[in-house]
Amino acid sequence: MSVTQVLEGSEAVALAVKACRPQVISAYPISPQTHIVEALARMIADGDLDCQYVRVESEFSAASVVSGASAAGSRSYSASSSQGLLLMTEVLYASAGMRLPFVMTAVNRAVSAPITIQVDHQDTISLRDPGLIQLYVESSQEAYDSHIAAFKIAEDPHIMLPVLVCMDGWILTHSYERVSFIGQEDVNAFLPPFRPANFLDVKNPKTWGSYAEEDVLMEFKYSIHSAMQYAKRRINEIFSELAEITGRDHGGLIEAYQTEDAEVVLIAMGSMVGTIKETIDKLRVQGQKVGLIKIRCYRPFPYEEILESIKGAKVVAVLDANFSMGSEGALGMDLKAKLCNRPGAPIVVDFIAGLGGREVNEARIVEVVKKARQVGESGLPLDEPYWVGLNLKLVEEGAGK
Amino acid sequence: MNVSQRFKEDELFVSGHRACHGCGMALSVRHILKATGNNVIVVTPTGCLETFSSPYGYSPWRVPWIHHVFENGPSIASGIAAALKAQGRDNERVIVIGGDGATFDIGFGALSGMLERGDDVLYICVDNGAYMNTGGQRSGASPLFSSTTTDPAGRHSLGKLQKKKDLPAIIAAHGVPYVATASPAYLTDLEKKIQKAMEYHGPRYIQIDTPCPTVWGFSSHQTLEIGRLGVQSGLVPLYEMENGKVTSVRKIKKKIGVEDYLKPQRRFRHLFSSDQGRQAIAQIQALANENIEKFGLLKEPENKNKETKPTKEEM
Amino acid sequence: MKITMGAVVLGGTSLDYKTGSWRDQRPVIDQDLCKKCGICESICPDGCVYQEEDVYLIDYDYCKGCGLCAYECPADAIQMISEGK
Repeated sequence: MSVTQVLEGSEAVALAVKACRPQVISAYPISPQTHIVEALARMIADGDLDCQYVRVESEFSAASVVSGASAAGSRSYSASSSQGLLLMTEVLYASAGMRLPFVMTAVNRAVSAPITIQVDHQDTISLRDPGLIQLYVESSQEAYDSHIAAFKIAEDPHIMLPVLVCMDGWILTHSYERVSFIGQEDVNAFLPPFRPANFLDVKNPKTWGSYAEEDVLMEFKYSIHSAMQYAKRRINEIFSELAEITGRDHGGLIEAYQTEDAEVVLIAMGSMVGTIKETIDKLRVQGQKVGLIKIRCYRPFPYEEILESIKGAKVVAVLDANFSMGSEGALGMDLKAKLCNRPGAPIVVDFIAGLGGREVNEARIVEVVKKARQVGESGLPLDEPYWVGLNLKLVEEGAGK
Repeated sequence: MNVSQRFKEDELFVSGHRACHGCGMALSVRHILKATGNNVIVVTPTGCLETFSSPYGYSPWRVPWIHHVFENGPSIASGIAAALKAQGRDNERVIVIGGDGATFDIGFGALSGMLERGDDVLYICVDNGAYMNTGGQRSGASPLFSSTTTDPAGRHSLGKLQKKKDLPAIIAAHGVPYVATASPAYLTDLEKKIQKAMEYHGPRYIQIDTPCPTVWGFSSHQTLEIGRLGVQSGLVPLYEMENGKVTSVRKIKKKIGVEDYLKPQRRFRHLFSSDQGRQAIAQIQALANENIEKFGLLKEPENKNKETKPTKEEM
Repeated sequence: MKITMGAVVLGGTSLDYKTGSWRDQRPVIDQDLCKKCGICESICPDGCVYQEEDVYLIDYDYCKGCGLCAYECPADAIQMISEGK
């Protein structure tokens, strides 16, 4: 019988990590990640978790410590946010390239400047290129379950890549929700010890981090992409396997919510999904045929499943809590890249919502649906993404207009 | 005979690497590994050593070796050390062999963190006083008045105006058990220091002055000669510090003026053609004298009880 | 050229690359003068000096011709000869 408790999201994540028996943890504190790493430190101090905890002097070193530990054959874990994640960028590229698996909680927080501790997805979106698997969660329960799945995904012998479990700062990390835990025997059976084929070993000396020329470099990069393509299937399998054990099915790469007959389909990730689902329920009562695709795995990008779920939709509204300055929102761009040459593709409207913690509430979601319908009916795609709740007057006043 | 059969068992850095001919670093690495034996995992940050020893498919390392990025030699090593501890692999040790660029400059923060945490890592800096891998740009380890490509001698410049960062002192100030300096010109001394360092646990540091014929600008056969001259001039003091106190120095058998060390090197040649250059040499001599005084590098004079008359300058 | 996961390579494979092609002069040991002190073997940055029984030999497949062995030999037993004319 599983234990259920009301507890802080950060605490739930720490318990999930503990259950996975990591051998090395290293992290540098940064709001809103701190409660996770503090909880783990308390567990170690009380003798409840037998693990090497390396207290580093920067995130660059935190990512490096877990990379080195992984190369030496230990299951490793880190956590960071915003500025810290960006500081790790170089290290994460190298570790993905060297196929060093570990799990990192990426507590989403907007990126300076201006400095803020509010939530958006800019930090992890900025890391979408190196070959990190990125999972996004909606709730503390999903965070707990997804961390356990994440280790299995990362350490799969044909994947061997770092996995980021992305969860919205404050909203998920610092709120209290009901979480059901998985029994330790079940976790052990689901997640056996880490046994990589290659690791730093005096009995079998090998060389990591070689210099490669143009005759092989493209092939090395392609193999990462190839591993991520393979990971799509494995991620679905692993989440299914976990759902069998827990009785909780969060979905696989995506969760399709009321999309079967939807005319307007929203696409989103993170905690805003919860509010969107509730809003959709209300709109449905009013007779509006609206659905949602919750992206659970952003990298690799599950376009096959998304395309399948938007069949029949007239318009797709992508909610991006991030923006590529000078262009558009990332999710919007990823989707449009796959749709653009397909006949009969629905219009995609990119909505920039929730930057810097601006609330994605019911009223704004309703506004999104309305605007999407308008664009869908006009048949004319927007040239620019639609910034939800933007006070353009403030901007213009500031610019002296 | 299979070529690999001609190597003795303690040869853990084999032929075929792509170091320049006469490379002081390559020679040092052979002896570092002879002294450590094969139960070591080696971390090398980006630099000359990394590049010439790891073209894909051609590795001279007969020990497990990892290069990650430039700034994180110390933290990769900390991670490996933590993993070994967690896995109970007590007989395997971690060493970093990194250049001055990675150690004095871009990886300095990570190094300080590793030292402060007390991680069980022996950090060896193979110091050739510039970013040699990329052609010889200035580093914090470049000597005073050396000409480097980013701080070159010119009509309005004598080269680097800052002294070499005293990294051994900074490291010793972290309270680590063992700090030493060494040179491939004195290989027995080098190996002894490595062996001694391996007997300690916790963070240890050895800085090896590795002459670079290619960029310092001397003939490849002179590598060890230049190394000896550096030591004999007092500019490259060889010493050991244990728990913050200097416990041994290598005395200079026959002191030479710094000019004998500077002149054969192209990177100092600009000092010999002007008055400012000559003044600069005097400043470098003062540095050497400081070292000799501070570390007691000269043997005691035989007639130390005999009073000497004051010189004209002293009156 | 094989692609390995994460570009991991076996140690000791540098022996597949013969750096001997780099040199423009080669060391020659006069075995009559050689005192068998072993200094040349010790100081070669490329590990090209080896012993067969107690005879010191140069592995010309890898020798880069730096001249350190000739310069440092206390018995003056090694001469650098210019390569291929």
